[in-house]
Amino acid sequence: MSGLPPYASFTQKTWHYAFRVICGVVFFFLIAPIIVIIPLSFNAEDFFTFTPEMLALDRDGYSLKHYNDFFTNPDWQQAMWNSIRIAPMATLLSVSFGTLAAIGLSQPHVPFRRAIMAILISPMIVPLIISAAGMYFFYSRIGLQGSYWGVVLAHAALGIPFVIITVTATLVGFDRSLTRAAASLGANPVTTFAKVQMPLILPGVISGGLFAFITSFDEVVVVLFVGSAGQKTLPWQMFTGLREQISPTILAVATILVTVSVVLLATIEILRRRSERLRGMSPG
Amino acid sequence: MTAIDSPVLTADGTPLKASLRRALRREKARAFLLVAPLLLFVLLTFIAPIADMLFRSVENGIVHDTIPRTVQALRNWDPEESGPPGDDVFEAFYTDMVFAVERKSHTRLGSRLNYERTGLASLFRKSGRRVGKFDTKDYADAFKTLDPAWEDAATWDVLAGSEAASLPRTASAHATWLEAVQADGSDPLEGEPWDVLYAALYADLMQAPAGGFENPLLNGAQSAAAGFEPVSLREQFAAIDEDWLDPQVWRTIRTYAGRYTPGYFLNSVDLKLTADGVQYRDEGDRIYILLFGRTLYMSLVITISCILLGYPVAFLLANLPLRTANILMILVLLPFWTSLLVRTSSWKVLLQQQGVINDILVALRIVDDASRLILINNQTGTIIAMTHILLPFMILPLYSVMKTIPPSYVRAAKSLGATDWTAFWRVYFPNSVPGIGAGSVLVFILAIGYYITPELVGGTRGVFISNRIAYHISSSLNWGLAAALGTILLFAVLILYWTYDRIVGIDNVKLGG
Repeated sequence: MSGLPPYASFTQKTWHYAFRVICGVVFFFLIAPIIVIIPLSFNAEDFFTFTPEMLALDRDGYSLKHYNDFFTNPDWQQAMWNSIRIAPMATLLSVSFGTLAAIGLSQPHVPFRRAIMAILISPMIVPLIISAAGMYFFYSRIGLQGSYWGVVLAHAALGIPFVIITVTATLVGFDRSLTRAAASLGANPVTTFAKVQMPLILPGVISGGLFAFITSFDEVVVVLFVGSAGQKTLPWQMFTGLREQISPTILAVATILVTVSVVLLATIEILRRRSERLRGMSPG
Repeated sequence: MTAIDSPVLTADGTPLKASLRRALRREKARAFLLVAPLLLFVLLTFIAPIADMLFRSVENGIVHDTIPRTVQALRNWDPEESGPPGDDVFEAFYTDMVFAVERKSHTRLGSRLNYERTGLASLFRKSGRRVGKFDTKDYADAFKTLDPAWEDAATWDVLAGSEAASLPRTASAHATWLEAVQADGSDPLEGEPWDVLYAALYADLMQAPAGGFENPLLNGAQSAAAGFEPVSLREQFAAIDEDWLDPQVWRTIRTYAGRYTPGYFLNSVDLKLTADGVQYRDEGDRIYILLFGRTLYMSLVITISCILLGYPVAFLLANLPLRTANILMILVLLPFWTSLLVRTSSWKVLLQQQGVINDILVALRIVDDASRLILINNQTGTIIAMTHILLPFMILPLYSVMKTIPPSYVRAAKSLGATDWTAFWRVYFPNSVPGIGAGSVLVFILAIGYYITPELVGGTRGVFISNRIAYHISSSLNWGLAAALGTILLFAVLILYWTYDRIVGIDNVKLGG
């Protein structure tokens, strides 16, 4: 694929470049919708398209007014603070329970391993609308519907599969003789966990936590049903904005969220490389 | 040779086998204890809600709980009869309705039955307003003139206790009346008996053999009651609405009297349960088969578009040097990581009639300004946006399968004289089929359960079954039907997932890595 041999025929050459063009178009399709909203969010007008001033790169065509609206509008601010209050708590719950369980699951003898794994992974498989419907019915029975803790518990449940998957994957490469060595030197199980095991699996735990955080931070279906107006999160506010009166502030919010996800993606990638290097699994 | 026969002992004298078994048991218990908190957590916060939804899809206690006496009386009525049921059913229904109106549960019952037969909601609401003003007041007045003791709640209390066997209707109505009055917070002995009690007493007295009571008050009342002007409850109900004489109404109530019903599931596939068995719904009401069909069809189109767009990209990534591939991979992973709402909003902005795509097409003179393309609020919009959103889920499994195909296979094929196309089609492609399978199942599972994107860019013709579920939960409040639709969707997904597990294996789920 890389480079053409000098004896390539005309058809081969044409196909080689045509193929690259096709792939380029698909990459463009993947990335353009995300990129295009960034300049649009600096639009000085309340339009969703490029104005002639913007195309002429005129300074007057651009402004920060939509960002200004986001940071001053009480609806958006409330939604942002709700997201900031809900996501870390849900992440904390799924990471602490999930890491413990992942350590348990990676032991050599676990009764009903497959069944337990299936139950723990199920929140990721069941379509969100079904989880949302079930949680709405059940949480209203027990009085959690429309409460902060209802949303936090629901989001924690949705984040758990990601923590389980990433942490168990990290534990596959964990050398069990290290914990035995620590124990033989007189460390109790708690010390062994804190000083030996935890530092080694930390990258996995953190990236699992980031997955769980993103799941909660981006989640809109479950919070629409389980939450009430008091738990209106950022995605929920965007959803209402898109359905009712679409305002360009959404593009400013979207740009901010893209920046956040780029930062998170970079963090996860760095952690993954570090963890692979530590385990000597990565070629480069 | 005794050394072999005697068991090997550990330092403290126990047999080695027993000691090892104990150690294994302890290890299992410890592993399980580590998993237990999370297992409990997921069971409570996630599995219990799903189980609740499955339960709600068949649960139907409302009819039985709201009008128990009517349900009982209707058991003896033959639904094949051409006329309405007999007086006993109307008597029972009157008693039930009075108490249901007091609890305000008759409107809920009306809306429940309205799903099965349109018009019942308003019928119940209307009857609820009038049922307290029936002519049964005449009975009350007549009994009270006969003996002032009938005005005293204590008389009823005594009779309902001692004569419960000979006055079954009175005793049961009195018990419910006591509950209703106590729920109100007032003292039952101070209260004034309601008309419904007198009606029940009258019916009981007319049924009992003459002079068969030990209590002289009752014997006196019985002989006097024979001279009362009878009030036909059937006519009282008919006066509210002629529909109460329609046997179809009573057949519906009788059909849905059970505590559990398959009715919601039948509704989800455009059928309905009637007294004559399962039938198709009216032509105009059949929407669910169409909606399930559309959900499957559009998910299939989205899956196929993802294969067509994803295959070349995965092929390119798998065959480029690792460093270049990793950089290009970012272009796949960035959309994967970007908020769903961000991607949906950008499509909403791009696809609008005054949006960027139409502007470009007009500027390039491909499309006339007057005939801008309608790309949003229809199926096209849903398919474009969802293909974009789900494409990374196709590329990633395809890429990981293609990475494992040794390049020497294609080289061997070419050295044996195969053309580029034959080498690809006969050698490379068959090896990549597992990746296509895995990616397709994943994309398809995700697509059939999607809610947000179709809701925002789908309009009315581009929505999925999940949008209908959401509609029934939050707008029409038909939770049973929402639960039944959800259950069908859940089982479809579980079957697909089971297939996925067969192809790829549950442990091979990778997250953007």
